[in-house]
Amino acid sequence: MEHTDLLVDWSRAQFALTALYHWIFVPLTLGLTFIVAIMETLYVKSGDAKWKTITKYWMGLLAINFAIGLATGIIMEFEFGTNWSNYSWIVGDIFGAPLAIEGLMAFFMESTFFAVMFFGWDKVSKKMHLTSTWLVAIGSNLSALWILIANGWMQHPVGMHFNPDTARNEMENFWEVIFNPNAVSKFLHTVSSGYVLASLFVIGISAWYLLKKRDIAFAKKSILVAASFGLVSSLYLVTTGDESAHQVALTQPMKLAAMEGLYDGENRAGIVAVGLLNEAKKIGDDAETFLFSVEIPGALSFLGYHDLNAFVPGIDDMIQGNKKHNIISISEKMEQGKRAIKALRDYKDFKKQNKLEEAQKALAIFEANQKYMGYGYLKDPKDAVPSVSLSFYSFHTMVGLGTWFIILFIVTLYYAMANEIQNKKWLLYLAIGTLPLGYVAQEAGWITAEVGRQPWAIQDLLPVGMATSNVASTSVMITFWLFAVLFTGLLIAEIKIMLKQIKIGPEGH
Amino acid sequence: MNITLLDLQLYWWLLVSIIGALFVFMTFVQGGQTLLYTLAKTEDERDLLVNSLGRKWELTFTALVMFGGALFAAFPLFYAVSFGGAYYVWMAILFCFIIQAVAYEYRKKPDNFYGERFYETLLYINGSLGIFLIGVALGTLFSGGNFIVNDMNLSHWTTQSYGLEALLNPFNLAFGFMLVFLARMQGALYFFNSLDEHNVTQRIKKVVQTNFLIFLALFLYVVGSILISKGYVYDTQTKVVSLEDMKFLHLFLDLPFLLILFLLGVGTLLYGVYQALFKENKKAIFFTGVGTVLSVTIVMLILGVHNSVFYPSLADIQSSLTIENASGSYYTLSVMSVVSLLVPVVLGYIIAVWRSMDKTKLTIDEVKSDSHHY
Repeated sequence: MEHTDLLVDWSRAQFALTALYHWIFVPLTLGLTFIVAIMETLYVKSGDAKWKTITKYWMGLLAINFAIGLATGIIMEFEFGTNWSNYSWIVGDIFGAPLAIEGLMAFFMESTFFAVMFFGWDKVSKKMHLTSTWLVAIGSNLSALWILIANGWMQHPVGMHFNPDTARNEMENFWEVIFNPNAVSKFLHTVSSGYVLASLFVIGISAWYLLKKRDIAFAKKSILVAASFGLVSSLYLVTTGDESAHQVALTQPMKLAAMEGLYDGENRAGIVAVGLLNEAKKIGDDAETFLFSVEIPGALSFLGYHDLNAFVPGIDDMIQGNKKHNIISISEKMEQGKRAIKALRDYKDFKKQNKLEEAQKALAIFEANQKYMGYGYLKDPKDAVPSVSLSFYSFHTMVGLGTWFIILFIVTLYYAMANEIQNKKWLLYLAIGTLPLGYVAQEAGWITAEVGRQPWAIQDLLPVGMATSNVASTSVMITFWLFAVLFTGLLIAEIKIMLKQIKIGPEGH
Repeated sequence: MNITLLDLQLYWWLLVSIIGALFVFMTFVQGGQTLLYTLAKTEDERDLLVNSLGRKWELTFTALVMFGGALFAAFPLFYAVSFGGAYYVWMAILFCFIIQAVAYEYRKKPDNFYGERFYETLLYINGSLGIFLIGVALGTLFSGGNFIVNDMNLSHWTTQSYGLEALLNPFNLAFGFMLVFLARMQGALYFFNSLDEHNVTQRIKKVVQTNFLIFLALFLYVVGSILISKGYVYDTQTKVVSLEDMKFLHLFLDLPFLLILFLLGVGTLLYGVYQALFKENKKAIFFTGVGTVLSVTIVMLILGVHNSVFYPSLADIQSSLTIENASGSYYTLSVMSVVSLLVPVVLGYIIAVWRSMDKTKLTIDEVKSDSHHY
């Protein structure tokens, strides 16, 4: 079933819109749940009522964020069915499992103990309450684990085989799906980025109180917890980012090339620290990739393959093929893919006609070519290349901001420990200004991961053009705009409520 | 013991039926949301109702997500065919649930941009339209949908109204309204048990009575239709789907233990209503709850046993979905069956937490004094 470009574009746009909105709220929940759990632990250990006030205040803000996170989250699961129904059949046998396990193991834990966390202060013991708070944190992070196992599998499908009779991929090794290295690195990188954002959130808001010279003790204590948590998390984020990039190099070389704007592969490939892409550059031409750039030699080879001299394939190598490095061209893969698709069609037809011998022959052709079946759906080799500018700028924005956050955490922690932070107005302003940048980094990370793997819904197996539902593009367009209006409306309310609660402050709680 | 693929498919249909039934029971939250202005006459009373439901709403929400997740994992073809085909219906349902999630938290917050009444309206829409549409969608499991599945198991819908045409079928409409009035009755019974506020609880009996009578009329129509209408069956050997007169009546006669369980469920529900109306028993919801879960489980279950089709196609009868042709693979169903052993653990901690949180009944004073309230 061929889909029109318009349908694919609207389906992608809707998924991107809903995921980007959802992703505004999730990272904060992932991190803030842990921060409030640490704060409550300090309260239970010390018996100091100030820590209880602090905990309850940040919990209040968490609840506002959590509610809209849930609202924007429910659509994500069902959208696989509504907008990607071919996908749901072709890989649902593998993909559905982690989603169901997420519901059973994580969502129930979150929602059950969430009620205790907010309404149980006077109903259960101190320890039971603390346990509930930790279980909410663990539950929300468990939820991230399962959804990222699912996402990691899309980026690097393992543990399955294609069943020609049912015309779908079927799971054959659950453990391979769970311990998929791509999924593990993705999970660790994503949740630690959430901890960083939550730390920036607490520091930014606390800095505002300090600038306003109110709730000073509360703000200083909050900053101390958040800066410590943020620094540890951001250092960990660097190591998980390194592993993530390594996995991308091994399993998604086109994504890595797009992230770095690398057209011609090379040994000792460098990373562009700062660069401006030449928009006139086309695949296969000799134009310069960058109008200007500052490069760190050998860094990309090292990041991708942990070897300074390793060869990193460029976009042109992968499009045109590179015999020296055993890289098959996209056209060749497309040919194989088309053979696989035709053989599968023949197999089905022969079976229907009860021509079993011919069916077996067709099956043999299918099996010989199925590795590149997904490429058979592409119309042009260039379709195998994601948007270089989006991938490049989002990746570099993420890395650049991540580096800045580490510096900010170090400086903030230093002055907080020296009890001088309230006097450093420049730092407080910087902390407030960095909070929106935390959100920018989050979204940039998501764009890097998801735009960079285009055109694949499932890497090399299923392009987005084949994965969508068979609905009219106008129907998807209508729901796209409904989501845009609804989510924007809810976001406005959320921001207004959040700002008001910040103004009211901890004493008003 | 040799477990066959069919055993696993049956097990998973049973699990999906139970999760679906638990969700239907949990829609007392939605039902309660439609009673805010019926049962409460002052702002304090309304806050009490919202806060009482607010301690439970997330579990209903999660049960819906779980229902979707279980269907995806166990019967991915249904997920693909129905969600991707009856597009407008499912999208409308999702919108009804998106708006619920923020309504509780934002309703009473200062500077909430749209005002308190707006968020109460969202709760009302979720509780009425949301449940009605879910009922319509469940009704189509009996009445069918306009889809075609090709030999690669890829599907498309044959009408441009993408599922909204189900609203023209009286059976689906009755199914939808039946769930709405059941939810409202259960919502009232939930308040009866969980609140300590005489002014509110004295109004509950009348609400239970009215909603019960409407529910009962719709229930009799729906069950009667199911029993006497033609039903879809498939041949276990050839897999050919055909229509059979009074299919589900035959099913109950052939499998009397299902009929007994169904009647037991209905009887328990009726006993619960009797306890509430005539004995003023605050625990009535436990009877109606058990009755609901049992009877809805059986209503769902009959679609997956005795060669029944669980999602008939009106466009091409041979495209109809059965637990055999729509399920996940043997391996996946086996893995998920092991995972499903966690279900009793999850249910266990939910019940334990509820018990400790609901030791005392909620009062207006408690809501007012709580630092976090809706």
